[in-house]
Amino acid sequence: MIRPLLVLLLFLSSLTAAAECLTRGTGDLGIVIERASGSIKVLDTTRHEVLFHIEELGDLSHASAVYSRDGRYAFIFGRDGGLSKVDILCGTIVKRLVQGGNSIGGAISQDGSLVAVSNYEPGGVKIFSSEDLSPVAEIPATPLEDGEKRSKTVGLVDAPGQRFAVSLYDTGESWVIDMQDPKAPAIRRFTDIGRLPYDALITPDGRYYITGLFGQDGLSLLDLWYPEKGPRLILENYGKGEEKLPVYKMPHLEGWAIAGHRAFLPAVGRHEVLVVDMSDWSQVARIPVHGQPVFVMARPDGRQVWVNYAFPDNDTIQVIDTESMQIVKTFQPGKGALHMEFTPRGEEVWISIRDKDEIQVYDTRTLEQTHSLPAEKPSGIFFTSRAHQTGL
Amino acid sequence: MRLKLTVPNLLLTALTVALAGVANADIDPERQAELLYLLKHDCGSCHGMRLEGGLGPALKPERFRQWDTKTLAAAILYGRPGTPMPPWQPFITEPEAYWLAGQLKKGIRP
Repeated sequence: MIRPLLVLLLFLSSLTAAAECLTRGTGDLGIVIERASGSIKVLDTTRHEVLFHIEELGDLSHASAVYSRDGRYAFIFGRDGGLSKVDILCGTIVKRLVQGGNSIGGAISQDGSLVAVSNYEPGGVKIFSSEDLSPVAEIPATPLEDGEKRSKTVGLVDAPGQRFAVSLYDTGESWVIDMQDPKAPAIRRFTDIGRLPYDALITPDGRYYITGLFGQDGLSLLDLWYPEKGPRLILENYGKGEEKLPVYKMPHLEGWAIAGHRAFLPAVGRHEVLVVDMSDWSQVARIPVHGQPVFVMARPDGRQVWVNYAFPDNDTIQVIDTESMQIVKTFQPGKGALHMEFTPRGEEVWISIRDKDEIQVYDTRTLEQTHSLPAEKPSGIFFTSRAHQTGL
Repeated sequence: MRLKLTVPNLLLTALTVALAGVANADIDPERQAELLYLLKHDCGSCHGMRLEGGLGPALKPERFRQWDTKTLAAAILYGRPGTPMPPWQPFITEPEAYWLAGQLKKGIRP
């Protein structure tokens, strides 16, 4: 019979495909985190295909990834402290270690030689060689009053000058870590930046490090061209005297939604997207939206901003026209619309839909869905174009 | 400047008293599955999908040894003022909160 033979052949070819590496560029590839199963898929954004499925990456709740500068290796930061180096051309784990007890993202240095991981438990930053993940430096966070624990670290990003910036959740600090000499990290500590910093970002030019504050109004801004001036509060009068809504998921400040001289930010505890004039950091507008924004992501050309929402509104996505600041589309792609990633030049956006076990691809011109790819409980999507962007 | 995140115990006690008398009602299996899904994915965004902690603390039975079920159910329903823990009352009934609290005290991996 021909059928069993065909099945056998397909089975054998799938085995060989997993064992062999691809010979191609990686500029149109990416990965999606399958957070519940501790696996990832390697994605081809040109052919809308899954190239590899890679398992045994540990607890990937809240996992994120950065890329080597050649775009071949993804460094994946897991919640369980796992740090994995994955070869996306071979679909294999090159090296994996559990470097901490509980971690929250990481960054790769300007020159690509160092990978830094931000840890909750024990609080601090650990820095590894991107080559073999051997330890390079350990930077413990400020101890808490009880003397046992250290502050959790959040918002770790790379900055120009072979630096990393990080914020301390419990103690309200921002630190700039200079790694010019990997054997002797030079740390500059800024205290009293504001209460409970929960996440941070760096502008794409690498100049401003901006930290979101959960415990008070406003954001903390540090100008890395003039760090000696210290951080200052911006938008500190935003929402003053208004009751905040309960927050069912912390917003993310990953990336920086910029259109012209305006930046778009998620408001904390409010159903609003904030618009800020970057020339003087004043508030331009508050755009009422469907729920509490989690990600506010600009299409690479800056003409649109796509927004997803916290529970219980995480079935909805809205698209804002940045010129008119009007919502041009509201739609329900499915429950658990967790993350969005634009293709490098922005013609498509890929959206993880957790409860449908799929990635939906949208044409950003027509705002219509064009493709669907299977993925198990997908969360973060990370394309290799991040390899060449400061802060991503 | 350092923010102290002490539990406002008095308030919690008051809320707990309000909850007293709610029996551990039966939650049907379908709703139990929904609650565990919520625990994993939505509570999990702060506490970790394995409840081993994140920006929020780990939700392990060792931590709740000192807590009675009522207090834990109250924290779920009304949140913990002074911390980012929000009230889940709009989405979870009192018997459901009791059931979840019981599960957490027993120690579950959703």
